[in-house]
Amino acid sequence: MASKIKVKVKLKGDVAEVKSLMLHPMETGSRKDPDSGATIPVHHITELTFLNNGETVMAVHCSTAVSRDPFFSFSFTGAKAGDTLEVRWVDNKGESDSVETVLG
Amino acid sequence: MQLSRRLFLQGSVALAALLAIPRALVAAAWPEKAFASKAASEAMTALFGTDQATPSSAISLDAPEIAENGAVVPISVETTLENVRSVSIVVEKNPRPLAVSFEIPPGTLPDVACRIKMGQTSQVMAVVKTDDGLFSAAKEVKVTIGGCGG
Repeated sequence: MASKIKVKVKLKGDVAEVKSLMLHPMETGSRKDPDSGATIPVHHITELTFLNNGETVMAVHCSTAVSRDPFFSFSFTGAKAGDTLEVRWVDNKGESDSVETVLG
Repeated sequence: MQLSRRLFLQGSVALAALLAIPRALVAAAWPEKAFASKAASEAMTALFGTDQATPSSAISLDAPEIAENGAVVPISVETTLENVRSVSIVVEKNPRPLAVSFEIPPGTLPDVACRIKMGQTSQVMAVVKTDDGLFSAAKEVKVTIGGCGG
């Protein structure tokens, strides 16, 4: 399956500005199905990690209070063109997704 | 011969353990207890060991005054404090106040943004953990339509 993570990186000198958008329902567990009235089970990303050349540059711990189809942005130093940035997440059901992009 | 092989094996195990440490330190386990807490102070105590954070003007918390849609509230936190370890966002009146926590390794700038859900009008607090302690900044965000239920 193709990755449902989009990531954009802007290099300014050795600072990399990372913006990432991923598709995930982020269900709180308190919402009800409008047709059946059944509670939709909780389903959310727990950990999101950004690695530059294998080194963790950001680790995000998420609750259900992160919006559906989460968006994150941050910056890190020590980046250069040609570096490989990997984004990966796991959710409370053990599902996961990841994507890699080359800087520059 | 046997002895040297054993030494080699022990050496490799020790080396593997050493290599595993830095990543374990950066990527701490998902703090289940803090995320399950139903009060802001409880969540902070579970996460940091204390609910006392010093208000700091060095933290800039950017959030809308009025969020029309509580399901998507853009929040960004930036600070000039040094040696930042983590940035957490706490929404006082959400059913589970701790929304998100960013672990900041050395080299990463303490300047993060994301979008969160808010059930109702509430104080939103950014809690910044540095080597010197806990610091915070807060802002009230008015919510017109809540984003936690249906």
